[in-house]
Amino acid sequence: MSAVSIEDAVGQIVLPGDVLVLSTQSRDAPLSLSGPSTSNRPRVVCGPGLMRQEDDLLVNKCGLLRHRDPAIYWVDSQQKRYVPVKGDHVIGIVTTKSGDIFKVDVGGSEQASLSYLAFEGATKKNRPNVKVGDLVYGQFIVANKDMEPEMACIDSSGKANGKGVIGQDGLMLKVSLGLVRKLLIPQNDIVQELMNIFPMEVVIGMNGRIWVKAKTVQQTLIVANLLEACEYLTAEQRKHVFSKFSDNVI
Amino acid sequence: MEAVGSVLREYGCEQSLLSRPDGSATFLQGDTSVMAGVYGPAEIKVSREIHNKATLEVILRPKTGLPAIQEKNQEQLIRETCESVIIGSLHPRTSITIVLQIVSDAGSLLSCCLNAACMGLMDAGLPMRALFCGVTCAMDNDGTITLDPNFRQQKESRAVLTFAIESTERKVLMMSNRGVYSATELQQCIAAAQIASEKLFQFYRDFIRRRYSKS
Repeated sequence: MSAVSIEDAVGQIVLPGDVLVLSTQSRDAPLSLSGPSTSNRPRVVCGPGLMRQEDDLLVNKCGLLRHRDPAIYWVDSQQKRYVPVKGDHVIGIVTTKSGDIFKVDVGGSEQASLSYLAFEGATKKNRPNVKVGDLVYGQFIVANKDMEPEMACIDSSGKANGKGVIGQDGLMLKVSLGLVRKLLIPQNDIVQELMNIFPMEVVIGMNGRIWVKAKTVQQTLIVANLLEACEYLTAEQRKHVFSKFSDNVI
Repeated sequence: MEAVGSVLREYGCEQSLLSRPDGSATFLQGDTSVMAGVYGPAEIKVSREIHNKATLEVILRPKTGLPAIQEKNQEQLIRETCESVIIGSLHPRTSITIVLQIVSDAGSLLSCCLNAACMGLMDAGLPMRALFCGVTCAMDNDGTITLDPNFRQQKESRAVLTFAIESTERKVLMMSNRGVYSATELQQCIAAAQIASEKLFQFYRDFIRRRYSKS
């Protein structure tokens, strides 16, 4: 199996080197005012793990091929190393403070830079109170392979919207990127279920870092362990485990 | 046993067994076993960075003692093989490090190292244009070819050839050899290795399918 139709491969395992042939249906020439278009290139969006190879797609990562309408394809793989992507929300650790910018470790190949003006309410006179070793929750505004990644803790309207320096206590844990994606799926209610048992604050970064803080240190540790355990639990198993705790607490 | 000895020894694999590296794998071929740890794309010293692609480094650690000339030679062969399949241009100015630890050597060591490296790279999720596998062939005095020889078969043979074969067109990426052989014998070995590679790639696919079916 090295060249298969892309429809057949959706939901299946793909390996590097596999060639996915786009179906003729998606190759329909786009309507054009200047007569029939000569190039009938399919309009397809390639996500992570896929590359264009002439008219077909070349897989460069192993994992499950996913599809979303109309024609968005990507490879869902289990990976540990984070690669910065523009727009991702991540948890970083401030490593150095040099003049106008902070250097932030986000787990990628390079440290991200964070301007001191990229905090809510910060001005040249009113600097944010950020120290080396602090955790910050921010968003990538520049992230590509050729440039140093750049973060911001405000959105385009200048509001923090939950971003910024994370409080002093609480616990940060590292989990796999797959678990983070699983937790952040809108229809997934792991976090909501946990919150019903233990009232807590939680911050989830796309770079595999999670920060939690519950009422007591003991509860924080329980929550951290439960989150880590969720990776390999089915919905029923999870409900079973959670029910044990809800009985104990109340 | 088949006539040409075109059977590989029992092989097996395990992925993600180490917690610290970004990707890890162990590969077994008979009694030969190699463990691989892959780190990358990671931070790199400015002096070693390449502006348009990733810097690849392979470290081969023998079971005992310090790496000697033979290990350095094999490191280079493995590095060049990996470099030809990894799409380094997607992660410029980063480092990719592959550490191979020999756990036990019972013949066909280089091919086992190649297989472990490929499995490790897959686990780390690094972009590759194709997969590769290593196949060792040993030839005795009467010209019979034994695939994936053990230590004794390797010692008694007239020539030992190791090939790295890529998965899309079954092309030879790398070749390492010892001993005397003719041009036709070389062609026979390549053909045998290509057939054997088919089985290994099928094993890779089945292995990954099994792994992803669990999650």
